[in-house]
Amino acid sequence: MSNIFIWGRKNLYPTTGQGIISIAIVSLVGLVLWNFLPWSIFNAVWVADNSDVCRQAGGACWAFIWEKLYFILFGFYPAEERWRAWLVLALFLGGILYSGRSKSWTLSLIVVWLGLVVSMMLLLNGTLLGLPTVETSYWGGLVLTIILAMTGIIFSYPFGVLLALGRANQRLPVIRGICVSIIEIIRGVPFISLLFMASLMLPLFLPSGFVIPKLVRAIVAVIIFSGCYLAETVRGGLAAVSRGQYEAAQSLGLSYWKTMGLVILPQALSKVIQPTVGSFISLFIDTTLVVIISMYDLLGAARAAASDSAWLGFAREAYVFLALIYFAFCYTLSKYSRRLEKDILTKKVH
Amino acid sequence: MAPVQTTNKTSIIKITDLDFFYGDTQALFKINLTIAKNRITSFIGPSGCGKSTLLRCMNRMYDVIRNTKASGSILFDNNNILQTSTDVTGLRRRIGMVFQKSNPFAKTIYENVVYGLRIAGENKKSVLDQAVEESLKGTSLFDEVKDRLNESALGLSGGQMQRLCIARAIAIKPDVILMDEPCSALDPKSTAKVEELMLNLKKDYSIVIVTHNMQQSSRISEYTAFFLEGRLMEKDTTQKIFTNPSKKETEDYITGKFG
Repeated sequence: MSNIFIWGRKNLYPTTGQGIISIAIVSLVGLVLWNFLPWSIFNAVWVADNSDVCRQAGGACWAFIWEKLYFILFGFYPAEERWRAWLVLALFLGGILYSGRSKSWTLSLIVVWLGLVVSMMLLLNGTLLGLPTVETSYWGGLVLTIILAMTGIIFSYPFGVLLALGRANQRLPVIRGICVSIIEIIRGVPFISLLFMASLMLPLFLPSGFVIPKLVRAIVAVIIFSGCYLAETVRGGLAAVSRGQYEAAQSLGLSYWKTMGLVILPQALSKVIQPTVGSFISLFIDTTLVVIISMYDLLGAARAAASDSAWLGFAREAYVFLALIYFAFCYTLSKYSRRLEKDILTKKVH
Repeated sequence: MAPVQTTNKTSIIKITDLDFFYGDTQALFKINLTIAKNRITSFIGPSGCGKSTLLRCMNRMYDVIRNTKASGSILFDNNNILQTSTDVTGLRRRIGMVFQKSNPFAKTIYENVVYGLRIAGENKKSVLDQAVEESLKGTSLFDEVKDRLNESALGLSGGQMQRLCIARAIAIKPDVILMDEPCSALDPKSTAKVEELMLNLKKDYSIVIVTHNMQQSSRISEYTAFFLEGRLMEKDTTQKIFTNPSKKETEDYITGKFG
């Protein structure tokens, strides 16, 4: 008991001023929990056959989430083919666990994830594997969010790096000009309008009868948008590498691509790990905007579930559940980036 | 009469009528100069006189800067290296460079020395080991670092880093080493070591050094070229330049009246 007291005294009440702040914060947290816990836990309904039970209880209706779980996870993916979607989630988790070991932090990790996302898409679509075809318009829920985010991250990163290199290149003014224009135009436009363009305007420019699935159009929009932001992050990293490193590499007779690939980029990219992962987190969260071109990603599926007339009035539960899922992903990413950075900085040797 | 377009046994680089521009600004005016083989040639002159620019013309390092233009000719191995067809990466392997601020890579000492060799495709361990030992001995760094070859080069002292950069440059066995104020960031003791090293190196290499330190120039170089505002004012043996210069500007500069 006295240990707790000493700890509290030292950490919460070292001086009167800080003590007052501690008391204020603790009471605020207490107040929130005081109101939130009865609703979310004590009075909550965990299992129910229909919404009537929930309505009488007055607490949170987690039975609603349970009822709609498949829809939130998989959207309109056909029930009899659901095992494929489960397998996709399993692959994804496997990828996360594999990436978590610091031994796996090599360039081959990119290949692993590329392989993962390709196999996920093959599995979901099924045609090439001899399974019944499921069109991309039936993909949805968490699975769709994962596909969007993974392809977005895997392809926008190299795209962003190339844009940054193009922008930093002093000797090729035309390429530099093109890269600067792309970056500035895309960064000057909201993501929503880019999505609308990809979904509504792009088909107008294509020959009739030539259809690109909406999913692909959305992914392209995500890649271009996120790539331009990443390009600016990478540019910061490039500027932080000292001029001497360029000169040293050039004077040893390294070609442009070797100078960049072997000397400059490894240093530049590891300097900007945190903002890069920040961009990835934004990308992950921004994928929710595909709702507006009527795709049912995690958020879209949850909202659709909440508007089911048999279960009206449980949107709060849906949003709390979503918040937990999004938080779990983003927190994992940011934790991962901190470990990665620590690892690289302590090694000091790339 | 047109100059004879060859380099001979005693000279390794021949610069003829070289003009150089940064955008619209002309930085070098009609430079004519030959660099002697297996000798040390030093470039002196006040800041902004074009000596570093000229040094960077000799291995095309100006290529990385936007809007630069060179005309005239720099003959090396009977090729005009200013031609666009020049294999620049190959040229830089034969004309190495050491910079004012030491710039080792964020790698181990060993990897720094063998970097150029690896890039050129050499991966045999015995060859690399030998190159490391030779280059580090050549820069009298071997005894100081032989027990920590696999530690980061960034842990070395300033003087050691600069000697490591020289070792890295000589590991690929160039013909010429260009040095851009290699001692200006070093203390006197490290400077003495680098100078001693340069005197040893000229057995195998031709060295061009840009320096602000006139004692250094007179201590180590056989030939000295004095530059002023983009023009080569005077070139001669170091002894002549420092004891009996033929131009008043040269005399004013080396006696410290300006610069």
